[in-house]
Amino acid sequence: MIGEKVQRVEDERLLRGQGRYVDDLVPGALEVAVLRSPHAHARIVELDLDPVLDVEGVVAVYTYDDLSGPMAEPLPLLIPHPALTQGRTQYALAKDEVNYVGEAVAFVVAESRYVAEDALALIRVTYEVLPPVVGVDAARRADRLVHDDVPGNVAARMEQSVGDAAAAIEAAPHRLSLDLTVERSASMPMEGRGTVARWDPDTKRLHVWSSTQTSTGLRAAVAAKLGLDLVQVDVITPDVGGGFGVKIMHPWPEELLVPMAAMALGRPVKFTEDRREHFISSAHERGQVQHVDVGFDDEGRLLGLSVQFWHDNGAYTPYGLIVPIITSTQLLGPYKPRAYSVVFESLYTNTVIVTPYRGAGRPQGVYAMERTMDAIAAYLGKDRTEVRATNFIQPDEFPYDQGLTFQDGRPLIYDSGDYPASLEKLKALVGWDEFESFRQEARASGRRVGIGLACYVEGTGVGPYEGAHIHVETSGKVKVAIGLTSQGQGHQTAFAQVVADELGVPFEDVEVTTGDTRRMPYAVGTFASRAAVMSGSAVALAARQTRAKALRIAAEALEVSEEDLEIVDGQVQVKGAPATKVALGTIAVLSNPLRYAFDEASKLATQFTVGDTSKPPIADDEEPGLEGKDFYSPERSTFASGMHAVIVETDPDTCEIKVLKYAVVHDCGNLINPLIVEGQIHGGVAQGIGGALYERMAYDEHGQLQNASFMDFLMPYSTEMPATIDIDHLETPSPLNPLGLKGAGEAGVIPSAAVFASAIEDAEGFPIHAMPISPSELYDLRLQHGHEEPS
Amino acid sequence: MTEPLHDVRLSVNGVVHQVAVPARRLLSDALRHDLRLTGTHVGCEHGVCGSCTVLVDGRPMRSCLMLAVSASDYEITTVEGLADEDGSLGPVQQAFKECHGLQCGFCTPGFLTTITAGLEENPSPTAEEAREMIAGNLCRCTGYQNIVASVLRAAELKAPQP
Ligand code: FES
Ligand code: FES
Repeated sequence: MIGEKVQRVEDERLLRGQGRYVDDLVPGALEVAVLRSPHAHARIVELDLDPVLDVEGVVAVYTYDDLSGPMAEPLPLLIPHPALTQGRTQYALAKDEVNYVGEAVAFVVAESRYVAEDALALIRVTYEVLPPVVGVDAARRADRLVHDDVPGNVAARMEQSVGDAAAAIEAAPHRLSLDLTVERSASMPMEGRGTVARWDPDTKRLHVWSSTQTSTGLRAAVAAKLGLDLVQVDVITPDVGGGFGVKIMHPWPEELLVPMAAMALGRPVKFTEDRREHFISSAHERGQVQHVDVGFDDEGRLLGLSVQFWHDNGAYTPYGLIVPIITSTQLLGPYKPRAYSVVFESLYTNTVIVTPYRGAGRPQGVYAMERTMDAIAAYLGKDRTEVRATNFIQPDEFPYDQGLTFQDGRPLIYDSGDYPASLEKLKALVGWDEFESFRQEARASGRRVGIGLACYVEGTGVGPYEGAHIHVETSGKVKVAIGLTSQGQGHQTAFAQVVADELGVPFEDVEVTTGDTRRMPYAVGTFASRAAVMSGSAVALAARQTRAKALRIAAEALEVSEEDLEIVDGQVQVKGAPATKVALGTIAVLSNPLRYAFDEASKLATQFTVGDTSKPPIADDEEPGLEGKDFYSPERSTFASGMHAVIVETDPDTCEIKVLKYAVVHDCGNLINPLIVEGQIHGGVAQGIGGALYERMAYDEHGQLQNASFMDFLMPYSTEMPATIDIDHLETPSPLNPLGLKGAGEAGVIPSAAVFASAIEDAEGFPIHAMPISPSELYDLRLQHGHEEPS
Repeated sequence: MTEPLHDVRLSVNGVVHQVAVPARRLLSDALRHDLRLTGTHVGCEHGVCGSCTVLVDGRPMRSCLMLAVSASDYEITTVEGLADEDGSLGPVQQAFKECHGLQCGFCTPGFLTTITAGLEENPSPTAEEAREMIAGNLCRCTGYQNIVASVLRAAELKAPQP
């Protein structure tokens, strides 16, 4: 079944309205509303809760002063890094100072969200407003500071290099410099964040359901912060309405405050974020300012590349330097820079925190590199595909060591790929060579069109590990548990396909549970395009174990050797003599020697029926039950790659930018389910189109987010999408994992800013250095470049 | 102050319910939390995303923009009411399943109701009309390609068999 377009098993439930998302759970729970800072930068002078305390239906109000123990400490800095010398994290509820509009100040628990929101309006806070730092330029000017004790607003400065880029550029026959910017956007899943918790005083256990990308991470955080043993906390991730990165950061203040309140009040408590809250208190990404110096030869071959960039990390750095490290390393894409140096500063601003959003720093890196490639081609008067091809790592050069350290702390070594083949496919798919004649035709009828392309390499499947547990019921049904969560990627389907193949059972008999720490307490999470690679591999390994055990038991029962057995359709049978067989369910019965007969099936395994009386019922190195459990922990990431091309039409008068054709060539190794992979690409491309043409976080100089609603933050509707997205796959298997997989979740969005800049530049004939680009910005650019104002 | 409650009759998916709700209770909240029909989802509460779309006398309405107290005179259909009478998936649901028209499924109930109404009005849409039919609903997962395909497939499934 691996490799087949299997329809998803999740769908039936979701289509009937029987999905279970966090807000659908635990009816009758108390409901929360959070008082959030209205100022980007202010000191809290006084907090007056008196007017709230008597409001009917209000059960509790918490501020910083009500927190104690670890809860009163700053939230954890999840991913420390030696270069992050000035890491800062917020408190679960603001202590003395607020650093962005939306920071949590007070937490009201009431009989309903309506009442809780009424109560918020009654809390009186006196703020001393401080001057805010908004945007990278203001952060670099540093005439104001976000954190008094962080000089220059610099959280971290990090440098990496291979060779002497400065000298190589200096000595190169040709040199160019580019100044580039990318603005902020955000994941913006349709379901916001949400958490519900119930404390069971009888068993002293805490049950937490959260819309998270990592149940195990949240579990560890809740236990640590609330002073519980890990085994007292169960975290279950139910259906999640999209994540795209924003739900990975843990713990969010509410994810701790909700269980804390549930324990204190002895009643279930629920937090469901609304859309405005999501805009102003959940993470953003993408904002960077970049400067590139490049030296190259007559062919456009890179001789030296030096990149500096300034990364807006928002008010705090809970997720460390992951995003800028990814930008600085994945920038290199499929190319050999020969000599490379990169230095970035991660800067504080009085805005919402920045943590990974699908692509996680790669879109910015690809943008810097691909703008550079286009600039070189324009300078030399060469075809843009030729300049790229000149710089590609060749298929016989793998594994290819870029000589840098990747986001997982491991060497940046590409495992496999075929970039020249990808480019050929892309050119054919988009009609690269035929485009000039199309342009002439279009021009003849007064239309303006342009074509662009962009290439990327994506490190996927980062460690440290994932695991899987497989249990075969005596009915023959197969129950699989993986620890990472699902936000719509179809994990229940894809991993059932893997088990069906590896174990030899009908697909319909396999049921996969995700993100429930009761079933699989060791896991990392769903991010960085790692689920298929990590859990897929772990599931395969666990299935192989289960299979081996089934064969051992069956060999004994059928008195044949294991090598002569195979498992087909849930039956262990003798190769070549399939009539001699035993059902997997029966093996499950035999695997568990019993004293009692619970039902007809288990009679077979009771003590007077089964077993060699000269041996212990369970051999020394065996365990009861037909089960398998294994973990997959790769030495390093596996590198997927791809190339996108787009043909755009820009309106000569209105500057409207229309997508005429979008083409994707994608190499994520072997595919488990092409239907799901293509869906991931579609969704990524849509987010990419949004990010390139429509979406931005419009902060004003006071740090107020001016477009914090779906009215004003423009995400693509169906009408903004091209009629088709043409996809071609190349499958270069990864040598690093048992199924030859590479990740696919983020790919669709990675090259979008770059590919649109390339195409719009081609249509307009002047360089594009800032993305996203709106019609009015294009209009201004036309004026700057001396186009006639339309009459 | 105790909030005054109003008795409201809500007829949903052919079943009549009596609920007592404050005047400000949104229809979306009444459906989800008072009637426990949690298939209707809330993505923005300001009328833009379409996740909360239900059918009111057959016409698509954003239940986050309607108060429960104003809904008593109507027949409301939610996603839970879209299955065929024999319990199998309705044509729009079936089409979504076949065409991989959903990923996380959060926006999906709003699309299913919108398309159900859309196909009543235009039983055989072109691809362009299918795209227009769903142009008021946001989905962050699918890029809409497979939702457009689902609209066309649903039209096929609904068409009277020759
Ligand atoms: S929730 Fe009603 S339109 Fe978004
Ligand atoms: S399927 Fe996730 S928002 Fe549409």
